[in-house]
Amino acid sequence: MVLAEKYAKKIDAADLPQKTKDQLKKFLDEKEISDAQFKHILERVLAEYQSTRIEACEAVGIIAAQSIGEPGTQMTMRTFHYAGVAEINVTLGLPRLIEIMDARKEPSTPTMTVYLEPEYANDRDKAREVSWQIEAAPLHEFGDITTDMENMHVVVHLNTKVCDKRKIAPQQIMETAPKKIRDRRHYRDFEHDIDEAKATIIFSPKDRESYQNLFQLAEHVRNVIVQGIDDILRVVVRKETGEYILYTEGSNLKDVFDVVGVDTTRTRTNNISEIASVLGVEAARNAIIHEAVSTLNEQGILVDVRHLMLVADMMCMEGEVKQIGRHGIAGEKESVLSRAAFEVTVNHLLDAAVANEVDELSGVTENVIVGQPIQLGTGDVKLIAVRQQEN
Amino acid sequence: MSTKLTVLDHVMVPEHKIMSEEDVSKLLERYNITTEQLPKIYHDDPAVKEIGANADDVIRIIRASHTAGRAEAYRLVVRRPKK
Repeated sequence: MVLAEKYAKKIDAADLPQKTKDQLKKFLDEKEISDAQFKHILERVLAEYQSTRIEACEAVGIIAAQSIGEPGTQMTMRTFHYAGVAEINVTLGLPRLIEIMDARKEPSTPTMTVYLEPEYANDRDKAREVSWQIEAAPLHEFGDITTDMENMHVVVHLNTKVCDKRKIAPQQIMETAPKKIRDRRHYRDFEHDIDEAKATIIFSPKDRESYQNLFQLAEHVRNVIVQGIDDILRVVVRKETGEYILYTEGSNLKDVFDVVGVDTTRTRTNNISEIASVLGVEAARNAIIHEAVSTLNEQGILVDVRHLMLVADMMCMEGEVKQIGRHGIAGEKESVLSRAAFEVTVNHLLDAAVANEVDELSGVTENVIVGQPIQLGTGDVKLIAVRQQEN
Repeated sequence: MSTKLTVLDHVMVPEHKIMSEEDVSKLLERYNITTEQLPKIYHDDPAVKEIGANADDVIRIIRASHTAGRAEAYRLVVRRPKK
């Protein structure tokens, strides 16, 4: 028997979160209950839900701070590098958590998890092809580079077999290499000559007086990236849960999304500011929660997601990702004393004095500083005694 | 190269919808607030551009919440302040 329609309707109409509704429906499914019993159950569930809700005006921030801070003391402090997924180093533990909360522009170990479209995800060779489109490959991987000291040339002889294997036309390499040396490496003092038939490029420095220029040029020619995305230093292909997934060292969400075969609905990076600019603040909020939860869980620390959701919500309030510290949330607090209590005390007090700021003493920190009860809990109760008039 | 990226299809991006004026006034009345008190979202946010919202619109965001299963949030579209 499926859950009677009238019960399902009543559950849907109740003031409960979606998850609770689903759980209740699942629980009641295939159970014989009378109308009276159902009414009783729903009432109890509603009462239980109401009792678990947090009171309005509760200081949830301080609870979140304590709930993340205390288990945080158990975290390994010096795990700057750690063998993570697929031989790629990922910063974990406390340094990573600090990185997330500080909203750094770039994490110390940026990495991406690239998912592939179905036709590429099940075929090892096709997955490899996508990885070549992503992984930055310098010119010296595609042929022999010789420095001709007598004629002051750097000669690149492309290996067509390698080019074929890597699915890139030699012409394309010959075109991009000199352009990229000029644009990306900012080295312009050279001339080049292309011999398409022999698949050879000859570079020669403009100033042929010194060998230093020649060697400098040779260095640029060797290392110029001719295939893949410049920021992505390494790609590892791994088979996980029945599909091939690419893990990268280095991150560039925008360019990776442009590569054919990449699943643009699931591919992600650990660079939160990049997510914010490519996918928006809401995605950044999700990323902060996801990164924080996985960093904590990886260390065996269980923090309730509600606390991390609150932190992520605060960080993404104003439409961009703001850090927790004095350049972000803590620095924008209303109260002067509260700001001064956090960091750079003297500067805040001085600026407040110059700007003629007034502290309303409505928060917790301010009241602790001036030594009066905080406006919360027992401190919130005010007694007014009305004296009986003497007769 | 590949097809244009549709931001809203990404798993990390929740559903964004422009709210009608009627819905906005109901919302403001319910919480007894002004639009200025809502969280903000920039007008050049990729998700905002995708749904074609303009400054001063209010956007309803339907999140897949870890705790509630489904949660609604609201953001006011504002212009990105010039640095």
